[in-house]
Amino acid sequence: MATKDLVQTEFKADDFKFAYDRNAKLIDKTYNSTSYIKDVFSNFAKNKGALIGIVIIVIIVIMAIIGPYFNAHTYKSILIEQASLPPRIPLLENLGIFDGTRNGIDIYLKKGVSDIYYWFGSDTQGRDLFTRVWAGTRVSLIIAVSAVLIDIFIGMIYGLVSGYFGGKVDILMQRIAEILNGIPQLVIVTLLGLILPPGITSIIFALMITGWIGMSRIARAQVLKLKEQEYILASKTLGARDFAIIFKDILPNIFGQIIIMSMFSIPNAIFMEAYLSFVGLGVPAPLASLGSLISEGYKSITVMPYIILSPIIVLALLMLSFNLFADGLRDAFDPKMKQM
Amino acid sequence: MKIKKKRVLSIRDLNISFVTGSGTVNAIRGVRLDLFKGETIAIVGESGSGKSVTVKAIMGILDSNGKIDSGSITFDYEENGVNKSVDLVQMKPKEIRYQISGKKIAMVFQDPMTSLDPTMQIGKQIMEGMIEHEKISKNEARARALELLELVGIDAPTKRLKQYPHQLSGGMRQRVVIAIALACNPDILICDEPTTALDVTIQAKILELIKDIQTKRNISVIYITHDLGVVAKVADYVAVMYAGKIVEKGSIDEIFYDPRHPYTWGLLSSMPDMDTNSQRLFAIAGSPPNLLVTVPGDAFAPRNPYALNIDFRLEPPMFDVGGQHRVSSWLCHPNAPKVEMPEQLKKRIEKMLKEDRDNG
Amino acid sequence: MDNRTPLLSVKDLKQYFRINRKFTVKAVDGISFDIYPGETYGLVGESGSGKSTTGRSIIRLYDPTAGTVMFDGHNISGKLNTEEERYLRMNMQMIFQDPMASLNPRKKVSQLIAQGLEIHKLCKSQAEIDERVNQMLEKVGLSTEHATRYPHQFSGGQRQRIGIARALIMNPKLIIADEAISALDVSIQAQVVNLMKDIQDEMKTTYLFIAHDLSMVKYISNRIGVMHLGHIVETGTTQEIFNNPIHPYTKSLLSAIPHPNPKVEKKRIAMVYDKEAMGVDYLVGYAHILSDTHQVLATDEEYDKWSKEQSY
Repeated sequence: MATKDLVQTEFKADDFKFAYDRNAKLIDKTYNSTSYIKDVFSNFAKNKGALIGIVIIVIIVIMAIIGPYFNAHTYKSILIEQASLPPRIPLLENLGIFDGTRNGIDIYLKKGVSDIYYWFGSDTQGRDLFTRVWAGTRVSLIIAVSAVLIDIFIGMIYGLVSGYFGGKVDILMQRIAEILNGIPQLVIVTLLGLILPPGITSIIFALMITGWIGMSRIARAQVLKLKEQEYILASKTLGARDFAIIFKDILPNIFGQIIIMSMFSIPNAIFMEAYLSFVGLGVPAPLASLGSLISEGYKSITVMPYIILSPIIVLALLMLSFNLFADGLRDAFDPKMKQM
Repeated sequence: MKIKKKRVLSIRDLNISFVTGSGTVNAIRGVRLDLFKGETIAIVGESGSGKSVTVKAIMGILDSNGKIDSGSITFDYEENGVNKSVDLVQMKPKEIRYQISGKKIAMVFQDPMTSLDPTMQIGKQIMEGMIEHEKISKNEARARALELLELVGIDAPTKRLKQYPHQLSGGMRQRVVIAIALACNPDILICDEPTTALDVTIQAKILELIKDIQTKRNISVIYITHDLGVVAKVADYVAVMYAGKIVEKGSIDEIFYDPRHPYTWGLLSSMPDMDTNSQRLFAIAGSPPNLLVTVPGDAFAPRNPYALNIDFRLEPPMFDVGGQHRVSSWLCHPNAPKVEMPEQLKKRIEKMLKEDRDNG
Repeated sequence: MDNRTPLLSVKDLKQYFRINRKFTVKAVDGISFDIYPGETYGLVGESGSGKSTTGRSIIRLYDPTAGTVMFDGHNISGKLNTEEERYLRMNMQMIFQDPMASLNPRKKVSQLIAQGLEIHKLCKSQAEIDERVNQMLEKVGLSTEHATRYPHQFSGGQRQRIGIARALIMNPKLIIADEAISALDVSIQAQVVNLMKDIQDEMKTTYLFIAHDLSMVKYISNRIGVMHLGHIVETGTTQEIFNNPIHPYTKSLLSAIPHPNPKVEKKRIAMVYDKEAMGVDYLVGYAHILSDTHQVLATDEEYDKWSKEQSY
């Protein structure tokens, strides 16, 4: 305010007395209450794509858990007389879609089961596609998440050790990883398929064999970035052992990046499993996974496209939403938000 | 007779705030400053005082979550013989960058390592701005670039034109940055801590260079710094900032030999000089305030051993204490108790004045 | 010769870094100095002088290429067994330059400060650890409320204090301050330096103060060593260095110090030191002794010439 405004200011009696004892020691009490986590959350929330992504993921996961129990069918129950029925959903059938017709003919009527509804239709063997799709989603998710978790575990430790110790250790470990990476994944999986019994664990094992390499590279890159930071040097001068430094100082600081990388890996793993199933190396029948459903549906794609359509849509949505989510997560953690 | 100097930049009642995840930060709270032709102003303050934010607003490069809430920045310049006056606050940042930044007002940043493009030849970086803003031919630009390199004291300029930043030392890189800044003959040069990242022997040379150029081309210079040694060397006029406000401003003699604000006393006292033999260096206790929280009264009060009760209630206005000297402190009010600067500082100032008298 | 036994004795320390088969960086190329208990030795130089590398070699963040470092009677420059290493880690501490990078962003202040205590199991209970952490916070001028906060909530000066608390809690005999104040604002530098001086008065700590700001070094140091390109070109008490510098590099450094006196500062021209032009080779010169404490690295001719030259 300007000096001339002073005449209007009211002064109190003790205004011009000293507030402190000049000799008292001033204790420093200031600190910022800005929360890193809050910033991350608000950044994330601004990203519409990421929000859509996580909503879709949550819906799909819930359906994968409870979907197979919606009706009396199980993923392997067969009713051969109700095979090859197109999708029929109550209420929507009145709008002319999902009304159980193919080429204008009401198949349900033709097979004499007008009072039954198959929301996603039934496949050529008479199994309920709705149940199978969600059971298959469940299997795909289990395989993908397990594979990624194991990848994180192995890859992270490998990358941490390799990057931290550097020198000959690093060179050796990286050469090994490169050699392993050079072998085509399909070859490894096929060989494993010959040795191991078919099943979910074998597929997880197969995916895990080469998947960890990408994770270890990320971990190693992060370690190299942090290795020369002064707080790591401080731990060394205080006498901390190497492994204590790796797990207590470095690991918590790279965890964010690892999480982001794994969010990106999940759609990769899902797709890999689908691909393996498609080429016949996937889960054994009658178990369903999104990939095996697509593989089966492929056989009747020209005549009955609905069989392949539902698993494809779920697969596509799953992959897209994980990518959107991971993208949003990565942007939210981006240091450029630490501006002020 | 006092020659009326031409005013180049006039900042009035500038208020800038930033929106962050934890709330609004009032970074600049009512800044008023003038810059005249051929003059050097130093804006002094600690980190977080708002000195860099002020000049970023002038250049139109405020961070994206920053907003100028009110105030004006009037820039008077001459273009093709016509006198023009624009309010930079009213212009969109993009406009400022096209018409003013780099052309009429140029900036030298702190870190020469990151101010230069590592993948572009030096010559190209200098000529870029010229060709873009002034639409001259490549040959003409090259001739001017050579002139500039000589002006900033770089040896073998023809060879240097084709070199890359990593082939030059820190001091030389900063000289190149200065050359780029001067490429379009700006009226104002803003230097944001231009010597902090350099060795102390190079520092002096760079400051001498800027002073030299200023005299040759009659430019006005704004220095942003927290180093009082730099200020003592280059400034004609000093503005001391704290928590987004100017707490004291005046000519360099007024500030260094007759400081009135306790914060300025603290700043001047915390510099050890060649004659510091005392056991204790006076230091301002505490840390700069958290600007998310608006506290009534003077922002410096919690750290001010000379604070009055009114400092916690009302913000002090700017008092005119003579000449160009303005102080924002309730200690300057007629009702306030008479307070002298710390003994140590007083002795030092007396000594400095005596030194000068003895040397003639 | 000083009759006391030095706490730290560095003899002909060399630290080379091999970049590839053809190129080795000789960061420290044969330096010797002693530090006596309770004093502050200031090691000054510009970027590339090797001063930070010296500090890091002494505290064994690097393994010295050659030379001996004796710390309190123990040889800490060769291969260390567990006992020697433990002795080193408990009795020598370091304060780092960058307040933003020297504290682990994921740890609370109390965990950061207590790190040394926990590694060496020096306390019997969590309560004892908390007690000592609070003591330290008070000693460095911070509030005990700060113990549960994270580093990003503090300013540069406050973070540096936390770094000091972390080093101090171990009650070390020697603290190496590696450009500990260079990244701070000038007014905060004064705060931190005052704190270090207070601590030295109270606990008789010895400091190796590595810096490039000569005026601050003058204020805090008893003795000073001037480094350039991996060599100590001159060493002496603060008085000797500032009142009677011999080596032209020392003179150029001194002439470059800014004065907070506008009338003087505006007229000051800094002296230039050009090693190549003067034909100086550090490997040829040897230590000329002027007094118990004052030494200059020079050849005989250089020494004759420089000691007669005018002071800066």
